[in-house]
Amino acid sequence: MLALDVRNLNKKYEKFQLKDVSLQLEKGYIMGFIGANGAGKTTTIKSILNMVHIDGGEVYVLGKNMADHELELKQGIGYALGGIDFYTRSKVKTLTGVIKKFYAHWDDAAYSDYLRRFKLDENKKIAELSIGMKVKYSLALALSHGAKLLILDEPTSGLDPVARDDLLEIFQQLVSDGEISILFSTHITSDLEKCADFITFIENGQIVRSAEKEEFKESYLLLNGTASQLNEVKERLISYKTNSFGFTGLIHAGDYDPSSGIQTATPNLEEIMIYFAKKEDLHV
Amino acid sequence: MNIAISSTSEKPIYQQLFEQISAQILKGELETGYCLPPIRQAAQELRISVITVKKAWEDLERRGLIHTITGKGCFVADLSPDQRLQIRNEMILKQMAGDASYYKSFGLTIEEAIELLKKVYPNE
Repeated sequence: MLALDVRNLNKKYEKFQLKDVSLQLEKGYIMGFIGANGAGKTTTIKSILNMVHIDGGEVYVLGKNMADHELELKQGIGYALGGIDFYTRSKVKTLTGVIKKFYAHWDDAAYSDYLRRFKLDENKKIAELSIGMKVKYSLALALSHGAKLLILDEPTSGLDPVARDDLLEIFQQLVSDGEISILFSTHITSDLEKCADFITFIENGQIVRSAEKEEFKESYLLLNGTASQLNEVKERLISYKTNSFGFTGLIHAGDYDPSSGIQTATPNLEEIMIYFAKKEDLHV
Repeated sequence: MNIAISSTSEKPIYQQLFEQISAQILKGELETGYCLPPIRQAAQELRISVITVKKAWEDLERRGLIHTITGKGCFVADLSPDQRLQIRNEMILKQMAGDASYYKSFGLTIEEAIELLKKVYPNE
């Protein structure tokens, strides 16, 4: 069963557009949503949540159409968007009191449980919470209303390594029973190397690829060769860098000719992003 | 079952899992009928993705090292000594083929390679 099924989202702004964005997240798994700043991650997430008006496309959450069942479906979605802050001067306790009224299946016991687990103090003011604490507070709210799908925009950015690791461990605990699914965007790709099951890579408002993580990485090859070898493959490379010893470049695994004898390696997520970003530079 | 994952290794994590568990099964450290932990539990404990564990378990099954009983779990298969030997040799040869072409690229003869291997081979 698909927790989230996004089909051909289109949204046009004056200088930027989402073009036929599609992605599918199976129930019980973690999907990392990657792309450079301005690639369209946040716009996609806002479109999924119906927070911006889309020009075309459909979103299904747990099999139901978002446009037709928005209020019902949002009871089961937890989301945290960067940049959108809570009212900072009230206490956590007061704010929760307001928020919980929106949710039919609010569970006070679960909420207290998550506060304890995340070491959150209800009597603190929002302004006094660290970035990590705020993310955890968003998660506590989402999980206390029984969310089965978590959509998180850059939940790990701004966190120190310990807090990030802590959060990723929580994500993995959440999906371990196979009921909760998580889509989170990030540009810190090392967060995804271990914990993500699927990767969706967006560039310039278009999905480059959405696939299982190893399959995603293995669909590219990092080539390392001499200047004369570069001339043989140049046309087929996504982009490349040269130095006085030769070149390194990224290629679609299917475009690589093993008889060329050029040394290959499987790239990591960061390398894939970097070479795609470089491609842009080449064409500008 | 012992597993140590290196996130800095060149080898994909599912392969590390596969190799470490295969070795333990082939050496008999994990006995026939031993029940592997459920996929989601293993993923959470090892702090790796669910699909990574799934892939490793699938590779083990494809190799005939474990078998799945739906609803119950994955169990170490009943292997004859001949089967163990055959699977072990296939896996070792695959690794050796890569190493051998590396030695050859330095112009080593097989005798020289064996001499050098003796020097670094760990003795118990």
